[in-house]
Amino acid sequence: MTAPSSLLLEYLPILIFLGIAVAVAGLAVGGSIFVAPQKPDPKKNAAFECGFDAFEDSRGRFDVRFYLVAILFIIFDLEVAYLFPWAISFSGIGLYGFWSMMVFLGILTIGFVYEWKKGALEWE
Amino acid sequence: MIIETIVFYVFAVVTVAAGVMVVVSRNPVHSVLFLILAFFSSAGLFVLMGAEFLAMVLIIVYVGAVAVLFLFVVMMLDINFSELRAGFFQYLPVGGVVGVILLAELILVFASGAADITLPKTVASPTPPADVVSNTEALGNILYTRYAYLFQAAGLVLLVAMIGAIVLTHRRRVGVRRQRIADQVARDPKDVIELKDVKPGEGASWKSD
Amino acid sequence: MTELANPNYLAALPEMFLAAAAAVLLMIGVFVGNRSTTALTLLSALAMAAAFIMVLVAPDERATAFGGLFVTDTFSTFMKCLVLIGASVTLIMGLGYVKREGMARFEFPVLILFASVGMLMMISANDLIALYIGLELQSLSLYILAAFRRDAVRSSEAGLKYFVLGALSSGFLLYGCSMVYGFTGATNFEAIAAAVASGGEAGAAGPIGILIGLVFIAVALAFKISAVPFHMWTPDVYEGAPTPVTAFFAAAPKIAAMALLLRVFLGPFQELVEQWEQIILFVSIASMALGALAAIGQTNIKRLMAYSSIGHVGYALVGLAAGTPEGVRGVIIYLTIYMVMSLGAFSCILAMRQKGQMVEQISDLAGLSKTNPLMAFSFAVFMFSMAGIPPLAGFFGKLYVFLAAIDAGLYGLAIVGVLTSVVGAFYYIRIVKLMYFDEPAAPLDRPIGVELSVVLAGTGIVTVLFFAYPTPVLIGAQAAAASLFP
Repeated sequence: MTAPSSLLLEYLPILIFLGIAVAVAGLAVGGSIFVAPQKPDPKKNAAFECGFDAFEDSRGRFDVRFYLVAILFIIFDLEVAYLFPWAISFSGIGLYGFWSMMVFLGILTIGFVYEWKKGALEWE
Repeated sequence: MIIETIVFYVFAVVTVAAGVMVVVSRNPVHSVLFLILAFFSSAGLFVLMGAEFLAMVLIIVYVGAVAVLFLFVVMMLDINFSELRAGFFQYLPVGGVVGVILLAELILVFASGAADITLPKTVASPTPPADVVSNTEALGNILYTRYAYLFQAAGLVLLVAMIGAIVLTHRRRVGVRRQRIADQVARDPKDVIELKDVKPGEGASWKSD
Repeated sequence: MTELANPNYLAALPEMFLAAAAAVLLMIGVFVGNRSTTALTLLSALAMAAAFIMVLVAPDERATAFGGLFVTDTFSTFMKCLVLIGASVTLIMGLGYVKREGMARFEFPVLILFASVGMLMMISANDLIALYIGLELQSLSLYILAAFRRDAVRSSEAGLKYFVLGALSSGFLLYGCSMVYGFTGATNFEAIAAAVASGGEAGAAGPIGILIGLVFIAVALAFKISAVPFHMWTPDVYEGAPTPVTAFFAAAPKIAAMALLLRVFLGPFQELVEQWEQIILFVSIASMALGALAAIGQTNIKRLMAYSSIGHVGYALVGLAAGTPEGVRGVIIYLTIYMVMSLGAFSCILAMRQKGQMVEQISDLAGLSKTNPLMAFSFAVFMFSMAGIPPLAGFFGKLYVFLAAIDAGLYGLAIVGVLTSVVGAFYYIRIVKLMYFDEPAAPLDRPIGVELSVVLAGTGIVTVLFFAYPTPVLIGAQAAAASLFP
């Protein structure tokens, strides 16, 4: 491990935060397992809602339209991911870098217009 | 630093364990959730290596979007996964043997004189030390200028992906009343409203057109 | 901190023009609607023709652009011309089919344009990342095209199969690229070549690591050109995809992927010729054998063409196995002739209709000589040519690769090639026999359409008369091959 320590030091609060989150969650779950009295019996474990077992799987089928929305979201998510480094090093990359991003955004705007006109963004 | 090592092993163990759980858990939704855990802990590993940007992209894109897409797909396919899994133990021996052979080969390759792998120092775009230039900035410094060609090409790939998603899944449903603002605003009362002078005692008749 | 490398945009003018044209046509399509499909198809073909001229008038000297990511030379000029001809001709060929079979959505020509941009980028790639991005742009468009008739189960299946296996091969490619980058420290082809020549900077571990990377890259590219043992997707995809798309698959992407293979193996990995030669030898022999044997039992003409294309890839690879400029010249000539033949054969397949319905069974061709003698004759010409019967064009394609193999001392490979040609001739000639000597089945519809007739006539004439005037192709291929051997 030869990672730069000063960088990692910046992440120390997150690590501590993670540690606390895991500890609290573990305590809560573990506590209820070990401390609370547990006396299971068949009646207690049976389905209780209206006294029936479930008729079908609780997972209903989703419409394919959700998928379309999600995939369009991913594409624009990726586009945004490209914007971060651009914004950070904007001062160093000059006009060329600026126009480079504008062309990229132009390409994706064409895609956006296409989506819009096709009605893919409407839910109906 | 000892903490670094400990953190590395924690993240590595969690990643591998979550990866195993993705494959073996019975409920496909649980698989996706373990996948998210695996993404998350790999993001931790990336941070340990100083690759902040990759770590954040992993969280934003993979955890935030790809995993959600996986969930949709799992929910969309009405597949009985326990039936699919029925052959698991049947294929386990064969798969296990193949895995062991691959592992043995890997060990052989690395044992046969290739053990002292020293990687080259002159890389195409060396990463500047993270104390001077942050990882994200280092990326930004070359991505939009030196590698602009690839950047634009990536834009084209994304555009094709958009077209593909719409071509393959989008349907215009018939019989759905959509909102068409322009049409709605342009509606003229004269065309759609008919004033009837109803005489007392006659009642009104309505005919549709 | 950042050098603005000499962009030299002019070198990539055809690519940029095609990409811009595709975007503009997409916008026209989305605003006008699906009734613009025919107009857009013609405009796309026109755009390809314009790009073709741009490729041709560009200077022939080797030039790099975008800081060495992109290269143009005689080889890229020749291959790009082939790809653009193949893509535009298949676009025109598909016009009737697209209109009849309810496939007239304006995205179709646009996606073919994007795929062509990807192919041009592949041919001009001079960097591992450029190679990958070009390949992905092409593949992604092809996956969509394969599944374009989304309401047909076969088409969706083809698209899905192609996508899953294609993604797997892209994974292999990326893994190989990362190995090569890891052990050479470079993604640029010249830099990799220099690192390989110096035995890698990594000391003893270098060559092994580079070699593993090379093998993975070879696997991925073998997949893209559908060479045995990575061919399994080909028959299903060829059968399931809409026929114009199949014609496109057979004509253009195969050539682009072969060009990429040639450039990668003869560029950065030239020094490792002894290593990759074994891979190519095996893949070549296996492809030739499987292409010849597996095609015999087929009843569907598109599946037959799939196996035939696997075999042809095997023959083309014979030239690469030789590893000499003559061998590469053979590969280029072979690809040129193969493209012409497969365009012709597919224009016949696109004309196979009975009572307005497309038919794909080989038995539907029975007695074609009596119901449509001209089409039967030209189909017979293509079959004889693919079988390698002199004096048709296909014979010369095989001749040049086998000569190169013999020159390079690969006698075994040449013998296997000749033997499999003989076996392969069986199923080609069986079709001819079916058309000329069997009782007529239900006649195919006539007329077959102007665009198909023109393509049929053009490709038929080239196939028959190639022996009379082969000089332009020979000289072009010679120069193209020479530019790969600096």
